[in-house]
Amino acid sequence: MKAFANLINQLNSSTKTSDKLKALSDYFAVATDKDKVWVIALFSGRRPKRAVTATQLKTWCMESINMQPWLFEECYNTVGDLAETIALLLSNQHNSSQNFPLHHYIETLISIEKESEAVKKNYILQSWQQLTQDEIFVFNKLITGGFRIGVSQKLMVNALAKTTQLSSSVITHRISGQWNAANTSFHHLLSEEANSIDASKPYPFYLAYALDGALKDLGNENEWQAEWKWDGIRGQIIKRSNELFVWSRGEELMTDKFPEYQIFSNLLHNGTVLDGEIICLQLNTGNTFKPLPFALLQTRIGRKNISKKELSNSPVGFIAYDVLEYDGEDIRNKPLTERRYLLEQIIQAVHHPSLQLSPLIHFNNWHELAQQQQNARAFDAEGIMLKRKNSVYQVGRKTGDWWKWKVAPLTIDAVMIYAQKGHGRRSNLYTDYTFAVKDGDKLVPFTKAYSGLTDKEFAQVDAFVKKNALEKFGPVRTVKPELVFEIAFEGIAASNRHKSGVALRFPRILRWRQDKKADEINTLEDLKQLLEQYGK
Amino acid sequence: MALIEFSDKGLYCPIGNFFIDPWKPVDNAVITHAHSDHARWGSKNYLCHTQTKPLLQLRLGNNNYQTVDWNESVYINQVKVSLHPAGHIIGSSQIRVEYNGEVWVVSGDYKLENDGISGEFEPVKCHTFITESTFGLPIYKWKPQQEIFQQIQQWILNNQSQNKCSVLIAYSLGKAQRVLQAVTKVTDNIWVHGAIYNTYETLINAGWQLPLLKRVTPETTKEALHNAVVIAPPSADGTPWMKKFYTYSVGVCSGWMQVRGNARRRNVDAGFVLSDHADWNGLLQAVKATEANKVFVTHGFQSAFARHLNEHGIEAAEVKTAFGDEEDVQENNSGSTNE
Repeated sequence: MKAFANLINQLNSSTKTSDKLKALSDYFAVATDKDKVWVIALFSGRRPKRAVTATQLKTWCMESINMQPWLFEECYNTVGDLAETIALLLSNQHNSSQNFPLHHYIETLISIEKESEAVKKNYILQSWQQLTQDEIFVFNKLITGGFRIGVSQKLMVNALAKTTQLSSSVITHRISGQWNAANTSFHHLLSEEANSIDASKPYPFYLAYALDGALKDLGNENEWQAEWKWDGIRGQIIKRSNELFVWSRGEELMTDKFPEYQIFSNLLHNGTVLDGEIICLQLNTGNTFKPLPFALLQTRIGRKNISKKELSNSPVGFIAYDVLEYDGEDIRNKPLTERRYLLEQIIQAVHHPSLQLSPLIHFNNWHELAQQQQNARAFDAEGIMLKRKNSVYQVGRKTGDWWKWKVAPLTIDAVMIYAQKGHGRRSNLYTDYTFAVKDGDKLVPFTKAYSGLTDKEFAQVDAFVKKNALEKFGPVRTVKPELVFEIAFEGIAASNRHKSGVALRFPRILRWRQDKKADEINTLEDLKQLLEQYGK
Repeated sequence: MALIEFSDKGLYCPIGNFFIDPWKPVDNAVITHAHSDHARWGSKNYLCHTQTKPLLQLRLGNNNYQTVDWNESVYINQVKVSLHPAGHIIGSSQIRVEYNGEVWVVSGDYKLENDGISGEFEPVKCHTFITESTFGLPIYKWKPQQEIFQQIQQWILNNQSQNKCSVLIAYSLGKAQRVLQAVTKVTDNIWVHGAIYNTYETLINAGWQLPLLKRVTPETTKEALHNAVVIAPPSADGTPWMKKFYTYSVGVCSGWMQVRGNARRRNVDAGFVLSDHADWNGLLQAVKATEANKVFVTHGFQSAFARHLNEHGIEAAEVKTAFGDEEDVQENNSGSTNE
């Protein structure tokens, strides 16, 4: 545990990728295989199920130091992280601890999951007593998750590549999909020869960067393929060993969430992997389709069980744009044009309305394409994808061959009415804001936004909030409606869960309008017009 | 009439007709210490500790200053006023005010640990205590200075072994002199930012024995800074001024480094939890030692600290003041301070 706490401290204290890479590869070079597998699991989002709830941790901590709940909440709001709050409050200052290896703590936590509350409490309190402050922090994090130390899966993979003989892309593939660290050996996961890939394993997604230069810098337009960029969830449909698997880009297995796809299990051949968009589709006659707003899809992905009503209100389809495995063969290294040809064959053969081919956008020159891009919203798309025709399917976010080119966002001027302290590097700073538009002489809250200001601007707004806050306790401050911000968002949909009647897609702060006063903001009527225009 | 009132210009003693740390110009100002949020420009007469005067002259220019030593009493319109060590920075004092047997103490900023240069905090018994609460939450608990000094020394040695310059961010008055004690144990190649050098010269002229420091100027060569320690104020952090030290590692000395998120936000390589303010236990201990039956809590986590005192049988109320934490002030207005 000492070594792992050290690693977390090093990762936490440096801001340079090179330092983090070194800290990780140093750790992988000396850690035991069992600990390594758990670190890979933790940093790739495969934390074991919570054995203890956050509320239990909170309660036991307050009990053991005899603290009032309100004071604990004040501390928590200031620190912005439960695991850290507890570590700071428990005051054992000893510098050495009884030291079990990392996997011992994780496996014990797993083993007490089904035990009584008393057993759990006993184990947690005992561990807290034995560990140093830094170790309590990582121990708590094993339970609550989310280290927030700026280690991407990519960085971890690069560190692994330094300590094994495997390339980054092979490692990324090996550690993807479904595996359980409790019964996977490091050897099985990452040795050079081990190669029995389980049937559900997805390929790492190839991700595009946002287009930043001019179109003409891309060279000859004939070398490029253009498609609409859809507003759904990126996904992979896998058919192997007579079974169907659906993965989201977040490497979450979502097969059960989309019963509509089960039919593909019969229609696709074994050894087929499709890359495309999971999205709600309204199917029209003549095998045409209209994509439906993301908000509809959202109502489904949060649910455990999907009702008949939801199935008919928000029918999910798949817009396929690539094929990664064909006839059991990994074809990611074939050029896009060849993969596209195979994809078209597959879609034709399946011939089912829920599986659509991503249509190509025809254009004769860059100027024409630019005009089409401006029009993306009319096609219910959020922009255009540009892919080089001879590009291979790469691993992760790579620049050069694939670009996303989004339309300009919708915007609205709004006033800040509530503020809340942020988390992680924004702890003890008011950085999470709620915004309102005018409705007569009333203010109607319609969205929250957390990003878009510089650190300096956040500090200024934070100072304003601290000076103009009305309540003294708790996380939310009502502030004088005075600061005006331009809010940008990608889409708008009707919502009966919000007072304003609208839900925004990916809202963020575009700029602070210090030139505007609170009575110059947009109205609820303006929002409704946008809904009318873009939200249907 | 209360002995001390809370006015829009600051803490006011109506019987003595003087203010303590006023934030607007007044006739008579009693100053706890020379930080810019407590010692402001424009008053006619200033009363301060002997060690504070040269610092006020540096920061506020020539004014009418009257000085006293600790535990020396003066009368202002029949009100007895004395200064007592607060342990915050050089010259920092608590202000004891007595009239007709009633005693109030204004803490100013303070810490309980003796840092070796600021004088040792002296608990002063009183009826009413006005305390700061910059770190008034139980998550703030400081380790002994010696332990933090060892961390700083270890960090410097580690940087030297990698041929890196060590840039220590410390407030120019107080923290900078304090960390010098740690730095001189491992190197004598110490450079400082102009703002810190000005304070240093003032202190040397006032008779303080301080190690030899070199000022970073446009003429300073990169070679001279090789493996050196540079001490700079928070306002210099992240500015082009730092380029000269490349390759360097940045360490920030501040109580705010206690919380990981703050250290990350500041983008520092190393955070040293070193504060010139009392931590939670220090505040509680100080309040109890005064035996005051009424406590007013100012700048910081005043709501939480006052509520906690009330729940533990000490009558307390919060008061809004214009004092900030000088580290905060620096952080938020980086570049706009007059240093």
